[in-house]
Order: sequence, then C-alpha cells, then structure tokens
Amino acid sequence: MSEKLETLVTQEMLEKRDQWSNPKVSRPVSESDIRKWAIAVYWPEEPPKLYWDEGYANSTRYEGIIAPLDFNPFAWPVPVPPSPPTPPMGTGQGTNAMNGGQAVDYVAAIRPGDVISATTALVDWNERETRLGLTLFSTNETRWTNQNGELIRISRNTSIRY
Amino acid sequence: MTNNVYWEDIEIGYEIPKWTRKTDLMHWNRYAAVNDEFIYIHMDDEAGRAGANEQGAFGMGNLRMAYLHNMLRDWAGDEAWVKNLGLQYRAINQKNDILDCVGTVVAKRVENGEYLVDLEINVVNQSGQGTAPGQATVVLPTRS
Repeated sequence: MSEKLETLVTQEMLEKRDQWSNPKVSRPVSESDIRKWAIAVYWPEEPPKLYWDEGYANSTRYEGIIAPLDFNPFAWPVPVPPSPPTPPMGTGQGTNAMNGGQAVDYVAAIRPGDVISATTALVDWNERETRLGLTLFSTNETRWTNQNGELIRISRNTSIRY
Repeated sequence: MTNNVYWEDIEIGYEIPKWTRKTDLMHWNRYAAVNDEFIYIHMDDEAGRAGANEQGAFGMGNLRMAYLHNMLRDWAGDEAWVKNLGLQYRAINQKNDILDCVGTVVAKRVENGEYLVDLEINVVNQSGQGTAPGQATVVLPTRS
C-alpha cells in the first residue's frame, strides 16, 4: 500500500495562486449561437422570445436579443487547444475529482456580436478530512469582459480532489 | 414586454413556481452540442459505470444550473435580472430523473437603488433528494 499523503496541495498550486491567466478570447457571439443555446436548455419547450425574436426583444428593457445568463461563449473554439494531460481517475489518493459547485455574479448581458475575454486564477483552497478521506477544495475565479472592457460576470468554481 | 412580478408583491416565504424536466440523452445531447461537452460519462452507460455511477451515463451539472436560471426567468419575467446564483452539486442527475427546480424567497432588501429578493434554490429529483442546493439574488421591477 502506498504511503498516505499529508497534503494534496502541490508545488504547482502554490506557484499559481493569484496568477491570472492570459485572456482567452471568444469568437464573436452570433444570434444563432444564442438561439441554439436557448433551444437546448429549454428543450422540449419553446425558449423565451427574448433569446431569439428581435422584434419582441427590442420591446424589453434590454432593447435587443440577449443570451441566457448561463450561455458559454467559449464553446467550439477554433483552433481547438490541446487537452492538458489528466491523470486517470481513481488510481490513488488525490486522483479522484468532482465538480463541487459554482457561484456567479452576473453584471451585464451578452449580446449578438460581443467578443468575450476570460481570465482565470486559482484564488483559494482548503483541505480537510471528509468521508472521502483527505479532501482538497480548490476555488478558481474567472472574470469575463466584453469588447468594450465592460465586466460581464465573475464566477467562482469549486473543484474537489480526494 | 413580459413583466411577471413586482418587488412589492413578493413576501418572504413565497415559493416560486417550480420548473420541471424529465431528463435523458435527448436533453444531454442537445446540451453537449451547444456547450461542446461531448464527454463519454454523459453519453455512454459503460463509461458512466466506469466513472463510478452504477446506473450508467449521467447528466451535466451545468445543465442543472441552466434549469435553475430558467425557473427564475420564467417566474420573474424579462424585466428582472439574476444578480447572482450559486449552487453545490450534491447528487448525480440520473437518466430519466424528473427534476423539479424550486425556490423560496428568504429575504427582501433595497441596496444601491436595486430592489432585491434572495432565494434558496434547489434541483430536487423524484425521490425528494435535493441534488443542487444553492442561493440566488434577483433584481425585480418596482412599482415605486
């Protein structure tokens, strides 16, 4: 049996803490991207007109089509970035991972034509014994801005490793 | 314009209308298509079992978050704004689950000119298990 680790915090995590990544830039968001997203998340019901009917959307406070708040402008990147190597799941302490959850502050809407930039940093972690054994909760913060530099949203994602 | 509710009309303890989906591969595949999320554990029962879910393929956490947004938007209407939403994933979304998104108003306040309601939210499966408890704050239109 392998030796029990005293911490799951790696040297790489210590070095990366609060180091903001170079911005990742989306393709321009299209009306069709928004419409298809809305269809998918409302399936099988018709999605709200705010997401696909320009005439209706112009009559709202948004004065035009906006994307659902959960819309991801970074899907389908071109070129496709190489996937980072991931260790196989379940082969030892600290190699199991789960999505712990997320919290998002929504500041402004995404609209057709927007180009979104994202930057991410590992901002916090804590480690404790749980029913899974030694468990590490890491928080990454991501900030999205649009082509005018306006803040769109701030999200904090918690990943769990045990 | 769709204006469903005003801040003044909402009382603490109010349960907003639930939003329900029976989920399966038809929903997950569509979400994979728009979110570029083609991961075997969400597509293939064998891969799901290899990923420690005995029942096979399972749904995406992000899709449940989208469902919570749908619940809030369908309740509050197009003149509202979800200021923040957070959740924890506590249980898996199994194939053919019937998911009820639910929310209860737990506080009301006016802050920086915004008329806010705070809600406790969750995605509850057909067994009554809360799979994604969380909280949200919504800016509502005001009559004043």
